[in-house]
Amino acid sequence: MRHLLSTEQLSSDNAILILDTAEEMSAVGEREIKKLPALRGRTVVNLFFEDSTRTRISFEAAAKRLSADVINFAAKGSSVSKGESLKDTAQTLEAMSADAVVIRHWASGAPARLANSGWIDAAVINAGDGTHAHPTQALLDAFTMRAHWSRLQGISSVGADLKGMRVIIAGDVLHSRVARSNVWLLRTLGAHVTLVAPPTLLPVGVEHWPCEVSYDLDAALEKGVDAVMMLRVQAERMNASFFPSAREYARRWGFDDARLAKLDALNLKDTIIMHPGPMNRGLEISSAAADSPRSTVLAQVRNGVSVRMAALYLLLSGEMRETPAPAATPSSMPSVKDPS
Amino acid sequence: MTSPSYLIRSASLLGRDTADILVRDGVIAAVGPALAAEVVGDATVIDASALVALPGMVDLHTHLREPGREDAETVETGTRAAALGGFTSVHAMANSSPVADTAGVVEQVHTLGRESGWVDVRPVGAVTVGLAGEQLAELGAMADSRARVRVFSDDGICVSDPVLMRRALEYVKAFDGVIAQHAQEPRLTEGAQMNEGAVSADLGLAGWPAVAEESIIARDVLLAHHVGSRLHVCHVSTAGSVEIIRWAKERGISVTAEVTPHHLLLTEELVRSYNPVYKVNPPLRSDSDVHALRAALADGTIDIVGTDHAPHPSEAKECEWASAAMGMTGLETALSVVQETMIETGLMDWEGFARVTSTTPAQIGRVADQGRPLAVGEPANIVLVDPAARWTVDPSAMATKGRNSPFAAMELPGRVVATFFHGHPTVLDGKLNTPRKIGSPA
Repeated sequence: MRHLLSTEQLSSDNAILILDTAEEMSAVGEREIKKLPALRGRTVVNLFFEDSTRTRISFEAAAKRLSADVINFAAKGSSVSKGESLKDTAQTLEAMSADAVVIRHWASGAPARLANSGWIDAAVINAGDGTHAHPTQALLDAFTMRAHWSRLQGISSVGADLKGMRVIIAGDVLHSRVARSNVWLLRTLGAHVTLVAPPTLLPVGVEHWPCEVSYDLDAALEKGVDAVMMLRVQAERMNASFFPSAREYARRWGFDDARLAKLDALNLKDTIIMHPGPMNRGLEISSAAADSPRSTVLAQVRNGVSVRMAALYLLLSGEMRETPAPAATPSSMPSVKDPS
Repeated sequence: MTSPSYLIRSASLLGRDTADILVRDGVIAAVGPALAAEVVGDATVIDASALVALPGMVDLHTHLREPGREDAETVETGTRAAALGGFTSVHAMANSSPVADTAGVVEQVHTLGRESGWVDVRPVGAVTVGLAGEQLAELGAMADSRARVRVFSDDGICVSDPVLMRRALEYVKAFDGVIAQHAQEPRLTEGAQMNEGAVSADLGLAGWPAVAEESIIARDVLLAHHVGSRLHVCHVSTAGSVEIIRWAKERGISVTAEVTPHHLLLTEELVRSYNPVYKVNPPLRSDSDVHALRAALADGTIDIVGTDHAPHPSEAKECEWASAAMGMTGLETALSVVQETMIETGLMDWEGFARVTSTTPAQIGRVADQGRPLAVGEPANIVLVDPAARWTVDPSAMATKGRNSPFAAMELPGRVVATFFHGHPTVLDGKLNTPRKIGSPA
């Protein structure tokens, strides 16, 4: 495996390898000198076509703790009609001998395009593309869940998966790369996922995903849950008729104080509350929930650095086992050539 | 004035009876088994003993890009591609720059076509000024121009205003015109990137739902019925659209419909590569849609194949999916793709092929001297096909400027060996020959 583009094709072995490596990396973060020489002399480029300070500094910290040289490249403009094309930008980085490109892009599939077009040789890590995927976010979420789940079971987290864990992911699934990447990865790791959202914010075709779907957050909680992940509602959804008002959204699909109390009432004392950040307090999550002992929001941020160190290290050291590439070329599509 | 004569020896006419065809002075001078030497005279003999003879193909839906986007295609390069693909007539869509919404622009395109001499170029006129969907273009002036426009379309954009569509349908009755609608409800497809369904859900690409096409077709067939006009539906892409058109035809509504070669062969699964060569409007659909479209073309619910040949410069496709232009080239692969999907599957024979690629598109476009039978006295618009040949599609070897073929590297059946355009061989031995000179007998 040369690139980390999505979690859909990530095998269980590779996912667990990343999580286990991240455990080792997290130990580095607890030392006085938070640095390993593993990627000394290698160059990692953070190529951001979309602003995301949180994700960028997480990748930057990860690369620096591995002693890599880091170049931050904030590509201006949101369209190729203005400014440089993705191809030219990529080839510019290639000419500067980038070993890995961490790409954040507003367009779904841009990292796949970068990885598969033959424009560059560097390893590509998807740091979030459009409404498609955000694999390192899903991995850090899984890392956080695994630490919790194995502790509850009294086992070591190393080598463990998430078999039996019940996870609710609630909010704007339609536009969420976090939700997509979590659904695929959690399926691979054996967790049971329920998506909860207004019907307008679920994609047509969600019925084919390996998860359950509900419109009713209270009913989903009452079935029992070990982790509740709340998704951010983007401001631009407010005036596009996805839901009538922010208040109605918060009442029906927000994790508010009443639902926080409900976890206690249901005797779900070990259920954690997750959020990928940045949070809209009072909309999809109440302050009481975000600041409660159940909240893993800061642990997720901390784990993000470890998981990104693991991904960079494994991709650049070539220690990731190969998985067959999912090519969708015409020649490999006999079903299209002869659908009968 | 006499031009060279050609004897097409032992061709299988429409895939059936074997006969010789004598081409002289732009027309078919004789047809019959083993024409006598005194009939043939000094004609150049073309051995067609393994070939199928068909009427020259007529495309109702071609983007030649000129004027305005000569970097993507010109009338010259696009019509070379057409001749190589077996066409003797193409309809040039109106979304050039400036838009073909005046007599001046359609006459310019018409003249460029005549000067090129590879095929008959029939300009399509815009329905609305600047394709803006606000006021009717001067449809009558375009109809009366030297280009004699009969097909009007805002293709690329839907005439979504129901009143404007109604007026357009009514108005073109005055000169036996037809409105070719690009059926796409605009609000339902804002920012749309691909077919909406299981694949778009996985890929996180904004969906282009089938209902956005079907709802416009449903509205338009009812409008056409109400005002007694004829309607042509461009590039039908969904099984639901087929059902609506079937319903309309059963009620005697004057609607014709078109399907592209790519919608007969390719599915949305290809989008998983995020390679924008598969980005097209309307988008590639599901496997069940592909089957429904094939069945509809076979049973006549869909009347014709139109290529929607849409060349783009490479930078318009060498980018991320959302930024890429929509469209695929198709002129040089249409015959092979239709053979692959309709003939190799047993759904259609060559006679049916001639109907959907030549006879009916010529009738819809009111092109009197195209799509005619292979009979004595008819214009010699003929294509000779080797149905047993197989070839691997190589976009870099094509005559079109566009390299955006979704069939690249696919092996397809059928090869155009020769194309006769009003008796002149524009293609011989599978290669471009010479264009037909203006003033040659027609």
